[in-house]
Amino acid sequence: MPRLHASAGFGALLALVLIVGFGAWRYDGFLSEYNVLSVLRYNSMFALVGLGMCFVIMTGGIDLSVGSVAALSSVVAAFLSPYGLLAGLAGGLVAGLAAGTLNGFIISKMKILPFIATLATMLAASGVALLLSNQQSVPASYDTNFMALGQGDFLAYAPEWVNGDEVGFFGSAIRILFGFPIPAWIALIAYLIGSLILNRTPFGRHVLAVGGGEEASRLMGLPTDRTIFLVYVMSGFLAGMAGVILAAQFGAGQPIEGVGWELFAIASVVVGGTLLTGGKGSVGATLVGTLLLGLLFTVLNFENGMGWISLSAYWQSVLRGLFLLVVVLLQSRLTRSATAV
Amino acid sequence: MSSALDNAPAPVPGSVGTPPRTGLVGLLSRRHVGTITALIALLIFNFLFTPHFATMQTLSVNLTQVCVIVIVGVGMTMVIATGGIDLSVGALMAIAGAFAPQIFQGMLFPVPNLYVGIALGIILPVLLAGCFGLFNGWLVANFKVQPIIATLILFIAGRGIAQVWTNGDLQVFKVPEFQQIAIGRVLGVPFQVWIMLVLVLLSAWALQRTVFGRQVLAVGGNEQAAWLAGIPVRRVKLLVYVISGICSGIAGLIVIAMNSAADANLIGMGIELDVIAAVAVGGTLLTGGRATIIGTLLGALIIQLVRYTLLANGVPDAAALVVKAGLIVMAVWLQRQDRA
Repeated sequence: MPRLHASAGFGALLALVLIVGFGAWRYDGFLSEYNVLSVLRYNSMFALVGLGMCFVIMTGGIDLSVGSVAALSSVVAAFLSPYGLLAGLAGGLVAGLAAGTLNGFIISKMKILPFIATLATMLAASGVALLLSNQQSVPASYDTNFMALGQGDFLAYAPEWVNGDEVGFFGSAIRILFGFPIPAWIALIAYLIGSLILNRTPFGRHVLAVGGGEEASRLMGLPTDRTIFLVYVMSGFLAGMAGVILAAQFGAGQPIEGVGWELFAIASVVVGGTLLTGGKGSVGATLVGTLLLGLLFTVLNFENGMGWISLSAYWQSVLRGLFLLVVVLLQSRLTRSATAV
Repeated sequence: MSSALDNAPAPVPGSVGTPPRTGLVGLLSRRHVGTITALIALLIFNFLFTPHFATMQTLSVNLTQVCVIVIVGVGMTMVIATGGIDLSVGALMAIAGAFAPQIFQGMLFPVPNLYVGIALGIILPVLLAGCFGLFNGWLVANFKVQPIIATLILFIAGRGIAQVWTNGDLQVFKVPEFQQIAIGRVLGVPFQVWIMLVLVLLSAWALQRTVFGRQVLAVGGNEQAAWLAGIPVRRVKLLVYVISGICSGIAGLIVIAMNSAADANLIGMGIELDVIAAVAVGGTLLTGGRATIIGTLLGALIIQLVRYTLLANGVPDAAALVVKAGLIVMAVWLQRQDRA
């Protein structure tokens, strides 16, 4: 079985390298500092949501509420942003935690199927977001440093000499490091912690055990319910973080944003080779999956910009569906050959 | 009939349907008591507190809004009865709704006259939606893809197909003959209500009294046992997704006939939630094996009435979402208590 896991993750990594190579070869400015950093900045939100989804899916569950929970927490964060960065951050995270706790409670205590429970939370969170915001986007405050969470970087702390034009490769590398967007740092740190949790803690092993066989884990005396409860709390927390970044990046809390985020997150988890049936998965491969999907649409935009073809925005959803189809079919084949061995 | 029962797998506790009974009494069995009580309570509340509730207009508005949910719900109940789920229903409605006007207006191919055009404009889009349903079933049955993921593909791509096809434009049409399927009246009742009733009775009968219905419940109750008992599990799964696609197609046509316009961006948007909620509130087990079409009808009525009650009493739409969420969780939780 580890073979399947490794091969799916490796396939995603290979595809990522290929797509970066293709983009660099075909389009001017694909590997420019501006493009690289903006891809990272924008996709950090999806990376965070994907990480939470990865843990949920590893237990054999699903969290459909991530998009509207992110929308809700972006509204809360925007409301609190006049009181400073910390207030906005805390507000958004608490909103996410609350939704995640609700999910965890309904699923692990009331024993309701994850997709029904999170479907209900999805409705409720988007209802609360609309009520709070009076169905309008809520401007976040520019007077405090709240926006740094979405748009900021540490460029101000970079040594003076890297800001010239002729600084060579080493100079630009340092500049990119300091120019690395704060949301991308947040996502990166979250993934490091997530990877440690999965691979180095009892909780991580419980997650995989529960996904491999819930009843068996219960009989072995593992804290099944607590594990399930915690992954949904985690997913809500990370969706809350994504919502804070959303508000800070676009300067407003967006009550109707987040539609389809759950699909994007599920797709990136699946692309990374995590089994949808639970019990197997990798945090790093999910990050690769998120970047792969994000880059796919960057490539589409560049291709449109070349003027050879003109794919309307509607094509994006068709292509997204096709991509998911290919991945699902591949995974189904891999699973079958792995179980046959 | 008896041979079908003989072939059925050994009953799994708590997961088989009630034994079939005859007539309306059989359809309205004891397990609908809770649902009906809730419905009656809602009605009484409205008679007492909602102004202008007891009018023909209110009845008509509520009935036409509930029709689409129930029609899609018929297919969804079948799918859920096998332990599956169909998230693509709204997208399939959009596909059928976007194609139909182009056919009966002769934009895709010449049609000899209006009536042939309308006939083709009804049959072809519904068949198309059925084919997409077949695609869903193929993924679920042949590739063993989890239903929620398999139908997620068309949930994303299906609406995109309709949007790409129509370039996202609104298609307005004025073909009263076609619109009869929604707004025409027979015996004073809107024609779409008749369509709904026919579909409900037909499928309730099929689920309770035919071999196919028993097979659907058997697959949902215990797939392995059903397979061992010689039930064609794959074919049954394929069929329920096709049925769900066809129901969605019909619902899509009704929506465009009501609006005399087709907007691929909006037809059936978000309907999967309403439909799943109706099925759950109606008492169909979401894990499969026990299903009731009449329950889905009652569930859809309850959800519609709750929304109407809130709106008519000045509660904002957003709060109605929260109430609906609570309703879904409560209904499913009560189901569990009932079973335990």
